[in-house]
Amino acid sequence: MITGYFNYWVVIILMMMGFYIVISDSNLIKKIIGLNIFQTSVFILFISMSKVKGGTAPILIAGADVYSNPLPHVLILTAIVVGVSTSALGLAIIAKIHRAYGTVDETIIHEQDDLQDEN
Amino acid sequence: MNLLLQHLELALLIPLLGGALVLLFRNRPRLREASSLFAGILLFLYVTQLLGLYHEPSPVHTLLNISASLSIAFHLEPLGLVFALLASGLWVFTTMYSIGYMSGNSEKNLTRFYLFFSVSIAATMGIAFAANLFTLFIFYEALTLSTYPLVTHKQTSEARSGGRVYLGLLLGTSIMFFLTALVITWIRAGTLDFMPEGVLEGNTQGLAAVLLFTLFMLGIGKAALLPFYRWLPAAMIAPTPVSALLHAVAVVKAGVFSVLKISVYTFGIDYLATQEASGWILWLAVATMVVASIIALSKDNLKARLAYSTISQLSYIVIGAALAWPAAALGGALHIVTHAFGKITLFFCAGAIYTVTKYTRVSQLNGLGHKMPFTFAAFLLAAFSVIGLPPFIGSWSKWLLIEGSVDTQHYVVLFAFALSTLLNCAYLLPIGLRAFFKPPDPAQAVTSPGIQEAPLACLIPLCATAAATLLLFFYIQPLYDFLYPVFNS
Amino acid sequence: MLAHLPALQVVIPLISAPACVLVTRANWAWLLATAVSIISFVIALLLVHEVSEHGVLSYHLGGWRPPLGIEYRIDHLSAYLLTIVAATASITMIAARESIKQEIPPEKASLFFSAYLLCLTGLLGIIASGDAFNIFVFLEISSLSSYVLIAMGRDRRALTAAYQYLIMGTIGATFILIGVGLLYMLTGTLNIQDLQQRIPAIVDSRTLHAAFAFLTAGISLKIALFPLHLWLPNAYAHAPSMITVFLSATATKVSVYVLLRFFFDLFPQEISLQQFHLGKILLPLSIIAILTASFVAIFQENIKRMLAYSSVAQIGYMTLAIGLGSADGTIAGMVYLFNHAIIKGGLFLAMACVLLRIGSVQLEDFAGLGRRMPWTMAAVVLLGLGLIGIPFTAGFVSKWYVLSAAIEQGHWLAAIVVVGGSLLTVLYIWKIIEHAYFKTPVSATRQSQVILEAPRQMLLPLWLLVAGSFYFGLDTSFSLGFASTAVQALFH
Repeated sequence: MITGYFNYWVVIILMMMGFYIVISDSNLIKKIIGLNIFQTSVFILFISMSKVKGGTAPILIAGADVYSNPLPHVLILTAIVVGVSTSALGLAIIAKIHRAYGTVDETIIHEQDDLQDEN
Repeated sequence: MNLLLQHLELALLIPLLGGALVLLFRNRPRLREASSLFAGILLFLYVTQLLGLYHEPSPVHTLLNISASLSIAFHLEPLGLVFALLASGLWVFTTMYSIGYMSGNSEKNLTRFYLFFSVSIAATMGIAFAANLFTLFIFYEALTLSTYPLVTHKQTSEARSGGRVYLGLLLGTSIMFFLTALVITWIRAGTLDFMPEGVLEGNTQGLAAVLLFTLFMLGIGKAALLPFYRWLPAAMIAPTPVSALLHAVAVVKAGVFSVLKISVYTFGIDYLATQEASGWILWLAVATMVVASIIALSKDNLKARLAYSTISQLSYIVIGAALAWPAAALGGALHIVTHAFGKITLFFCAGAIYTVTKYTRVSQLNGLGHKMPFTFAAFLLAAFSVIGLPPFIGSWSKWLLIEGSVDTQHYVVLFAFALSTLLNCAYLLPIGLRAFFKPPDPAQAVTSPGIQEAPLACLIPLCATAAATLLLFFYIQPLYDFLYPVFNS
Repeated sequence: MLAHLPALQVVIPLISAPACVLVTRANWAWLLATAVSIISFVIALLLVHEVSEHGVLSYHLGGWRPPLGIEYRIDHLSAYLLTIVAATASITMIAARESIKQEIPPEKASLFFSAYLLCLTGLLGIIASGDAFNIFVFLEISSLSSYVLIAMGRDRRALTAAYQYLIMGTIGATFILIGVGLLYMLTGTLNIQDLQQRIPAIVDSRTLHAAFAFLTAGISLKIALFPLHLWLPNAYAHAPSMITVFLSATATKVSVYVLLRFFFDLFPQEISLQQFHLGKILLPLSIIAILTASFVAIFQENIKRMLAYSSVAQIGYMTLAIGLGSADGTIAGMVYLFNHAIIKGGLFLAMACVLLRIGSVQLEDFAGLGRRMPWTMAAVVLLGLGLIGIPFTAGFVSKWYVLSAAIEQGHWLAAIVVVGGSLLTVLYIWKIIEHAYFKTPVSATRQSQVILEAPRQMLLPLWLLVAGSFYFGLDTSFSLGFASTAVQALFH
């Protein structure tokens, strides 16, 4: 059971770890880290499913007749670009939040917003 | 002449044109009021022309097809013609009256007042000539919205809260129930058109028919049935001409007119009777009639008392429809006309009293009859008519309604009519008697001896409508003959 | 040239986005963005024409034939949505100049317009593409650029709103990515038409169930379906005014499109509805959305926030109609989407006018605004009537079809909620109207009496939308007719 679905277990554990960090942590930067772990788990899901047992990289060379599926790699390359942009954008916004609020802690930010609402 | 028949939208365009002229002459009060009066007379002439040209069968004029199921269409039929004639005719009187009243009380924002007054009349015409439920619904909503600025005319917080109740109840019931009933009708019958025999026979039976009829009756909040009548007293915050024409004639009668129209042309009177769909609505209307009369008795504010009287009288008409019997329904239809003349006179009088004395309460009226003899004489005539005494116009419709309740052996309804008539006497007559026979309060008596009536522009319309309640008693036959085929096909 | 229209629809804004960065003058950047939006609109109209003449257009990117190559596929549904998005974009951009000048510092204007063009690219791409993974990529393009745009709001809360949206949006998108990945594992294809052919054979697979679940959660987040709507009110309330106009009329609408495309086309609709019980998921959530969001809207003091909550409720109407699971219901949902884009776009545009002149959209600052900004507030009244669903307005047509679809399915609770929701709408719309017309401002200084009408450049687009709201209330031949053809194709 565990060995047969080894890659899925890894994916699920990573995914839940990332997801948990996003939900539970009030530090904005750590949330981004959690989001990264969450996304990475999906990358692994795609990459691991493209592996064909005994296959080589899909390059025409002598002696190889079984190839791994290249398409998921291509897709994930795109997804990684998306992920990197998301992180960069998230961090940029955090930098601006830090400048505006003086903190990167979500609870303190909410307190400040509530204070502003009351005035 | 055929051109007039083919363009029923003229009935909407004439008042709208009047509104446009009002807007155009907003800085020249005399021209503004003249154009309002002009539109009223033009509309009345147009509707009388239509009456002359009307013949069976009248074609449906489709103005606009919104989609396969929804279209804006008009047609001519006796009920609608009578309603349009009534509303347009009384509009002329009311405009004249407004000119006197609004200047006598130095009200502001008159352009807005006349503008929305015209728009309301246009919406009323749309209701009168609607050829299908959808068109009826559209103009029903338009009437609610266009009367809102009139109700809140004074812009005080009291007017605002009155307006909120008004809009909330009328819009709320129509969206909650009326619209739902419309959709159900569409799904069941496959058409929203008004047909002489109704459209629901064979596709809506038993409980479904009861439910549908209930949805319609509750959805037409303008008919002021029991749980949803609060908007009418709330609307009394409006200037009196508005209360007179709109809340004694156009708006409330649009409600009961819709009730009759749906009973006749969507359900069919016979089908309504066989399905017993209207049974419990009948009892609701009877309860409304009695309860509203009792509340009217307890009101000291004159306009509030008249408003509750209107609620109770509206129930007469709903009972006429709910008895599902030709004579009763015809009585209901006639009652739309007869009550209109009586009640508009009563409101005109209330407004005239307010203009001269600023009194709003019944208990302040002692001895005023000697100061305002014409007004109070008119008041008494109209009161007799509303009560249903011969030889006043109101007695005809009441007679037919009673006949209907005897024919259908609804003796409880008969008893309720009798009770309501007694209550009518009890809350209307003392007002006139008090004015003529009670000595004035010493504090008020000295201020101004002699006759002091409202401006002529107010006095003429109220005397005219009062005279009509008496004269029309002798000329009711053509109206009876005209409406008869609607209910006896 | 005509044959390349599907690609041009996406490529033109895509190329213009980096070009826009090079334009340093704010006005020129605005001009470029406006021109591109209008060109997109023209292309969308041409596509509508092509589709109604020749049926479905299939464009093979780079000449690679599907299912191996990426396909752009324009059917009636896509053409319908493309028109909505491109038209909104044009109207927003025409109106945007003054408002942007006030809210965005001039040195950032060209970057702002560049981000806007990217967002437009993403939205158009989602609709045009016929490839599941490609849709994900465009979804992320539009989302990332909208995070940027929202963060440019002038209040610092715009930053937290954008951040919150970023986190939730990314989770949603990643869920969609997982779903697409699982589908690929099962079938070996990403082309939607190809997937549609292969899915019925593997309908019992547990993986397919998982894919469906991930897609549902992900798309629901993007739609802002209750209870996954929390990002929306803040984002709409604090974004730059014109961005709120643009996003409210397009972003969630395009997500509704994705819902339809995935669950009524990629998954054949019988399977989504009968095997996976999509209706049973959508209906209860929509009903709660309509009631709670309308209710919350009543108590909002910030009008942009009020309208944002109203949007959550209106999205509930669309998903409710779709969740009814009949062709009529889906058509009703599409018509609702179309009309709501006009009405809500218009209302937010009016708020942009108010914000430009008064500097606030708090309810208390609306007192006496009926006299100070007569044209703007008249538009608010008329559009508000549309939102309530008064006859003669587009809003009535949409409510009518949703209601009749609900009753036809015998779903009485839904019918009651549809009409009940309208009543709640009356309450919050009337709060605005009453403040604007029947209240005098607290401090009746001379300054608060001056007439302060918005510039003509904003009023004209605003009134264009008002006219649209009434036009489509009277003539439904495009909004209803085209939507029915589109939906009939999905229901075969």
